[in-house]
Amino acid sequence: MALLDVQDLSVTFARRGQRTVHAVDGVSFSVDAGEVVGLVGESGCGKSVTSLALMGLLPRQRGVHVGGSATFDGTDLLTLDPRSMRDVRGRDIAMIFQDPLSSLNPVIPIGIQVTEVLVRHRDMSGDAARKEAAELLDRVGIPDPRRRLKEYPHQLSGGMRQRALIAMAVACRPRLLIADEPTTALDVTIQAQILELLKELVRDSGTALIMITHDLGVVAGMCDTINVLYAGKVVETARRKELFANRRHPYTVGLLASIPRLDAGRGEKLTPIRGSVRDVLPWPDGCAFAPRCDRRVDACVGEPPPMTPTHTGHEYRCVNPAPLPQPKETP
Amino acid sequence: MTLAPGKKKEKLERLAELSAVRDDEQGVSLWREAMRRLRRNPAAIVGASILVVFVLVAVVGPFLVPYDPVDQSGIREGVIKPGSIPGTSGDHWLGYDHQGRDEFSRLIVGARQTLIVGIVSTLIGLTIGVLVGGVAGAAAGLGGRWGRLVDSVLMRIVDMLLSLPSLLLAVSVAALLGPSLVTVMIAVGVVSVPIFARLLRGSMIAQANRDYVLAASSLGVRNTKIAISHIVPNSLAPVIVQATLTLATAIIEVAALSFLGLGNPDSTQPEWGLMLADAQIYLDVRPGLAIYPALGIIITALGFTLLGEAMREALDPKLRR
Amino acid sequence: MFRFIVRRLLQLIPTLFGLSILLFIWLHRLPGGPETALLGERGTPESRAQIRESLGLNEPLLIQYGRFVKRLVQLDLGTSISTKRAVTTEFLQRFPGTVELTITAMVIAIGLGIPLGYLAARRRGSLLDQASVGGSLLGTCIPIFFLAYVLKAIFAENLGWFPTIGRQDPTINATHITNFFVLDGLLTREWDAAADAIWHLILPGVALASIPLAIIVRITRASVLEVLGEDFVRTAEAKGLTERTVRRRHVLRNAMLPVATSIGLLTGLLLSGAVLTETVFAFSGIGAFIKDAISNLDYPVLMGFIMIIAVIFALVNLLVDVSYSLIDPRVRVR
Repeated sequence: MALLDVQDLSVTFARRGQRTVHAVDGVSFSVDAGEVVGLVGESGCGKSVTSLALMGLLPRQRGVHVGGSATFDGTDLLTLDPRSMRDVRGRDIAMIFQDPLSSLNPVIPIGIQVTEVLVRHRDMSGDAARKEAAELLDRVGIPDPRRRLKEYPHQLSGGMRQRALIAMAVACRPRLLIADEPTTALDVTIQAQILELLKELVRDSGTALIMITHDLGVVAGMCDTINVLYAGKVVETARRKELFANRRHPYTVGLLASIPRLDAGRGEKLTPIRGSVRDVLPWPDGCAFAPRCDRRVDACVGEPPPMTPTHTGHEYRCVNPAPLPQPKETP
Repeated sequence: MTLAPGKKKEKLERLAELSAVRDDEQGVSLWREAMRRLRRNPAAIVGASILVVFVLVAVVGPFLVPYDPVDQSGIREGVIKPGSIPGTSGDHWLGYDHQGRDEFSRLIVGARQTLIVGIVSTLIGLTIGVLVGGVAGAAAGLGGRWGRLVDSVLMRIVDMLLSLPSLLLAVSVAALLGPSLVTVMIAVGVVSVPIFARLLRGSMIAQANRDYVLAASSLGVRNTKIAISHIVPNSLAPVIVQATLTLATAIIEVAALSFLGLGNPDSTQPEWGLMLADAQIYLDVRPGLAIYPALGIIITALGFTLLGEAMREALDPKLRR
Repeated sequence: MFRFIVRRLLQLIPTLFGLSILLFIWLHRLPGGPETALLGERGTPESRAQIRESLGLNEPLLIQYGRFVKRLVQLDLGTSISTKRAVTTEFLQRFPGTVELTITAMVIAIGLGIPLGYLAARRRGSLLDQASVGGSLLGTCIPIFFLAYVLKAIFAENLGWFPTIGRQDPTINATHITNFFVLDGLLTREWDAAADAIWHLILPGVALASIPLAIIVRITRASVLEVLGEDFVRTAEAKGLTERTVRRRHVLRNAMLPVATSIGLLTGLLLSGAVLTETVFAFSGIGAFIKDAISNLDYPVLMGFIMIIAVIFALVNLLVDVSYSLIDPRVRVR
């Protein structure tokens, strides 16, 4: 049984005088214990909103509607009352965000921001918590952890801040960790280190990880299963090797093609995907990607394409998918 | 659900439209967008309406009042007795004041005087403040070492004005100049100088660091020309907002100074602050004498504040959607 | 930190210098000259000439200024024309009253303002929120002395719930040591005197607190709204912390920073407002005495009191700035 099973998740934002936004439009995926699952897509495709919905962190305003189900260990997170959800957060499911500096309270020392999680969920006392906090900071690779406990966020470097946030997230040994673009705001050299750290933690503790990113490179190195999102729906899902080898959905093709390659010839232009995220057809009227798609046919307009399952567990939402790549000739 | 052929063609055409890469949206002028936002803001509408009424009353009212505000008819008619001042009646809508004059007429004419006092004192503060702040800001932003010295000296002088709480500063100035209407206007004006000076200086310095200024400068445009034709127009908006807000406080501070006895000692010419101050003694006999001008002051100050705050929100580029 | 304080104190000197020059000019340019300031309007030509001589007013201006500064440094601010006592004595006697009044107003403004601002922000768009915003807007538009009169008329004269004037009921023979009436009552264990003093502080305190309250509500509300949208609050929520912890440690700690910054401004408003409020309630603090000085043309008092207030104000601002660096670790001067 999957650790987390998301079925038909939908999140809509309705505002007076403006069109309803379907940020998440029927997303389904699952995460097994210890598995690393990727949610990939451009900005605005709904991947962050998905994670916020799972954590119950969406603003509780009138115009926000969440539908579907998200079963975690037998309980539907979406129907959980706020109090119980607070218990789940930080203890069973934890999350780290994109910008480490703004994600930390600037006027409280780092130590307290770590110990507060320990005090809250593991009922630790002051001294025990501080000791554990120092160990956690050490575990995530922060040098001289005892001194760091008393320092403030602005005194740490970007990489160290993100490590501290990771420490806070894994402090209570959650069974699921959600990482929303954890390296986007960091230097490239630090990015690799942080991703290594995450991989290590996940491997050593058996925590499942949902990796949210727009960067296929990140996903390639880490994820067991990859879900590609577009305009609020999953348009392709497959195991890692299968996706990179046999990508079918034109959007995935576009994403892969747009990655700069070391073995590209000089002067070879980069191939972006035509148009922008705003050039979208609402799903009920057809395929949302159609306006930007090179492989568009008549059947793409009129009704939304369904997910095409295959025997390998690879699914794609396209009526005219890219052909399977020819196997390379081995000399 | 398949679409009829006609509809499908429509959809495909729409798809074609969407496929064309969209142009970036046209930039909208700050002012036009601000006006649009203001028109939708209920507070702005209320504030503006209050002010329109106020200005109308101030400008046109004095020509339409039933009685001469200075004429002490009540004393002649013998209706003013110690401990008794007649209130609202058919002839005198708001009754008499303590010196036998028609309260209603005085209130209307007082609006004009109050408006003038408010505007003049704000203008004094604005003019001096903008000059000082503008020069300081320009010097700091464009002048190098000498410029920074000028900026330093000017701001030190401004800081001296800030070393006293506002009312006490006004009191010092007013006490120095002797009680009169002009004194009060100058005193209140002086109090608002630091606000405008800092505002404009900050604005100038921020603008001076902007890229378009660097561009103009590198093209060889002279510094003074840059200051006048580029920086100043962009700094105008916050000054206007602040002037509106300052008008509100100016009216109240004038009233306070009159209350303390530093205003016009001659109470024949009606002015709301003065009327309020004079009426304090008669509060138990005729509270209305204090309440009417007080309401006038409160509502007018409210109008300016509402409009000013709404304008500040409307002109804030950070809130642009 | 130490260097920071010293630097700020040094910045104080040019300001005081400038003020002293201005006051010196003021004294000399008064209609009638300093002899009027000291004698009032009633001096005979002979006594005026005598004063001029004794004050050395016939000597060059620079020497006069030098002597003026010398006196200032020795804290000799002259003698009050109306009471014939030293200006500094008058100030020290009345200052405690104003301090008690100011503290009362500050307690009311902060004690009501911060919770109200916080609730208004949390329940954005609610009736409470709109009422708070409207009320704070209105609060800055009502002249304090008018509000003071209204409060006095309704609650003191009409309803009789509070005393109308003064700092203490004269029939209670209270012993005064420090001139802080509430403190005195507590020190001498005359509980009724202390309670009576507090009772006298309430109405003037409320009137004086009106504008600072309005401002604190506005700042707190805006600040809390901004902080609620910050990423670190989201992180705190993601950690599953209790609502209380999130509110106290994360939201309020950060939201209070702008309020702390504005304490200097608020003190200035309180000092200004004290003049008006004390007059209405015949509360014998420095504010009321300043009003008397204006009416009596008691220029030494006026000049002296204002100068002392300028120094106090500057010290308060310095204190606020120094404390701020203790609250916000990002600002700490190393």
